[in-house]
Amino acid sequence: MTDYKNLKLIATSNPHIRGSETTRSIMLDVIIAMVPALVWAVFCFGVKALTLTVVSVVGCMFFEWLYRKLLKKPQSVGDLSAVVTGMLLAFVSPVTTPYWMILIGDFFAIIVVKQLFGGIGKNFVNPALAGRAFLLGSYAGVMTTWVDPAAGKAPLLGGAADVVTAATPLAYMKGSGDAVAASFAELTAKYPVADMFLGKTGGSLGEVSALLLIVGGVYLIWRKVINWQTPVAYIGTVAVLTFLFPKAGSNVEWMLYSLFGGGLMLGAFFMATDYATSPVTKKGQLIFGIGCGLFTVFIRYFGSYNEGVCYSIMVMNLCVALIDKYTKPTRFGVVKSDKKEAAAK
Amino acid sequence: MNFGRQLKEGLLTQNPVLVQVLGMCSTMAITTSIANGLGMGVSVLIILTLSNIVIAAIRKLVPDKIRIAMFIVVIAGFVTCVDLCLQAFVPAIAASLGVFIPLIVVNCIILGRAEAFAYKNGVLASAVDGVCQGIGYTLVLLVMCFIRELLGAGTLNGIRLIPEQYPVGMLTLPVGGFLVLGTLIATMQWALSRSKNKEESK
Repeated sequence: MTDYKNLKLIATSNPHIRGSETTRSIMLDVIIAMVPALVWAVFCFGVKALTLTVVSVVGCMFFEWLYRKLLKKPQSVGDLSAVVTGMLLAFVSPVTTPYWMILIGDFFAIIVVKQLFGGIGKNFVNPALAGRAFLLGSYAGVMTTWVDPAAGKAPLLGGAADVVTAATPLAYMKGSGDAVAASFAELTAKYPVADMFLGKTGGSLGEVSALLLIVGGVYLIWRKVINWQTPVAYIGTVAVLTFLFPKAGSNVEWMLYSLFGGGLMLGAFFMATDYATSPVTKKGQLIFGIGCGLFTVFIRYFGSYNEGVCYSIMVMNLCVALIDKYTKPTRFGVVKSDKKEAAAK
Repeated sequence: MNFGRQLKEGLLTQNPVLVQVLGMCSTMAITTSIANGLGMGVSVLIILTLSNIVIAAIRKLVPDKIRIAMFIVVIAGFVTCVDLCLQAFVPAIAASLGVFIPLIVVNCIILGRAEAFAYKNGVLASAVDGVCQGIGYTLVLLVMCFIRELLGAGTLNGIRLIPEQYPVGMLTLPVGGFLVLGTLIATMQWALSRSKNKEESK
């Protein structure tokens, strides 16, 4: 018989049942999901891709540690979110980015965007994207110089592969009328769709391989780290719009090149799904994804930049509070007349 | 009248930019180079002092209801003088400050000091207030210029200190202005609250 008298009953506030998930385990999953793309980047662009990522990660962790240390706040390096930010920032930079430049991006992402607003969970835009936008605004030349992976000869084996710069597929798809028709024909001749999908094109370090990014994304969905709503809505919107309004080539061809060229997959799976800067409800996530898709296509079609993923996600990040407000689920027990009353007030 | 206290208020506890948060437009727009900041700061200092003196002198003659209009007339007069002087003697600075010199007419710092101080105090005290607040404004401008020009363009007063490929160009853009100003205001508030806490604990 249980000795109830001596049993210690400790009263604590809820929740009483906890899952095994922690910030750390979630971030670890995200890191695992990014590893295939990183391996591919090293294979394509050489060891510099790995060292750049490592420098970026170390920089982010250092800045996070330093800020929390200087301001005597609880240390948060252990939750690995700084590692994810560092990896993502490296992923959206060209492989030719100098180390000191990526460290400036790290500083901006971690100190200004994340820590000054209160640390993890309180940043209002994605730190890695803000870091990239900051670098792009400051060093437009370096940040838009892309290396053609096909031109490098066995870069893995250390050989000083001559850096051959190449336009990203999206650069070929910019413009209008006959000009874009000609450059798009050039693009399709240079890279077949399979190359686009596998990632043999020029671009940022981690964005080139659609296949491996999708693999990582599916892993995250399978592990229930992210919901399918945001990426599917995002990619779906871009697919529908580019299918309906191709600027050159056939509908399907234009759609596929639009989907696989540029940072869409990376943005949709790894950046638009950031917990702190995306809506809470599934309905909200659908709206968020559609909004991202619309802005991406608008920027690509009508804006001055070739790529719109970065800015579209940042713009939608700013709308998250509004989306959350209007997609708040009805509380249990609220009936129609209550709603009308509330609306009338 | 207490010159030391007024100076301290103008520089720190009642700093026009960092504590009263006045005159943001010019602060944000022209702090991209030291020369601009100095030109703007000194212009505001002169106009602020002179308009404070005149407004304090005529404060008993002006009816309460039309005082704001009177302030504007006085300030606009001095702004025109300074604007013409700048164009005559330092045309380069006048050109780079552009419309922001005429805009001093509606600068909240000058109107604010006229309303809050010169309209209620004597001529001498108002003159001192104008000088102190003007110095406070100029110093903040110079700090912002220093940070933005050095880190954003890599130069100081046009002399290159950081090689061309390194500076963070974003800081010379409006975004950089907001970032630097926000950081300065935060630092100021932190320092002020810390010294306040210290005094209280004594």
